[in-house]
Amino acid sequence: MKVHLTRRYHFAASHRLHLADCSDAENQRIYGKCNNPHGHGHNYAVEVTVSGPVDIATGMVCNLADLDGFSNKEIVERFDHTNLSMLPDFEGEVPTTERLCVKIYDIYKRSFKHAHLEKVRIEETAKNSFEYTGRA
Amino acid sequence: MIYLTRKGEFAASHYYHNPAFTPEENQRVFGKCANMNGHGHNYVLEVTVKGEIDERTGFVVDLKELKDIMNREVVDAMDHRHLNKEVPEFASAIPTTENIAIVAWKRLQPHMKVAKLHRVRVYENADLFADFYGEE
Repeated sequence: MKVHLTRRYHFAASHRLHLADCSDAENQRIYGKCNNPHGHGHNYAVEVTVSGPVDIATGMVCNLADLDGFSNKEIVERFDHTNLSMLPDFEGEVPTTERLCVKIYDIYKRSFKHAHLEKVRIEETAKNSFEYTGRA
Repeated sequence: MIYLTRKGEFAASHYYHNPAFTPEENQRVFGKCANMNGHGHNYVLEVTVKGEIDERTGFVVDLKELKDIMNREVVDAMDHRHLNKEVPEFASAIPTTENIAIVAWKRLQPHMKVAKLHRVRVYENADLFADFYGEE
């Protein structure tokens, strides 16, 4: 029987939303406060949803030790207390939370093999959240 | 079609143990959860039903009736209980969050009359939940 399992992880990071080929006035118009040259930060919450049949012997869709081990190494340690704008992941790109969401989805999709990936959802604040299911 | 979700809460203890595993295997697969003295959680049950709005009452479901069913079948049956020892389904299945969602669904499903059961979500804590949508 197929069950969806969702786990939340937390990290804190800073970023600046800025297009190098646009004027200051244009950047200000597009990104507002998020264009502050010194950057700003958020406490991000990442929700990853995986699915699969429940293993009869363990009662699990996937072992949380595997999901936590992967997520802490590949997501939390990679992004926690970093400046997203300075990371190679976002070279030449504006590190909006939409892009962060797709990036994190792709990391799971590429390398997490213990269960089927359904969705990645990121809360940037209690008011803003973004979801990516990999489907058009 | 409209969806309605109602929450309930229960606190329960459990442990993870498969008698077919060696003690080492139980420890390796279940980690801290294998402690046979048990441990506990404040679970949150979220039941989502779907259906058409009744023209006369404006309801998709009688909330009092839904609450009574949720309390009788799941919340009161599991609140302040040891899941392995006091909930019959878990005599033969590991009481993981995944399996609790399936058991809750199976207990609620036969009592749904007007509205259809859409999803059962069980939170073990704020950072972990399982969703069951019925057998596919």
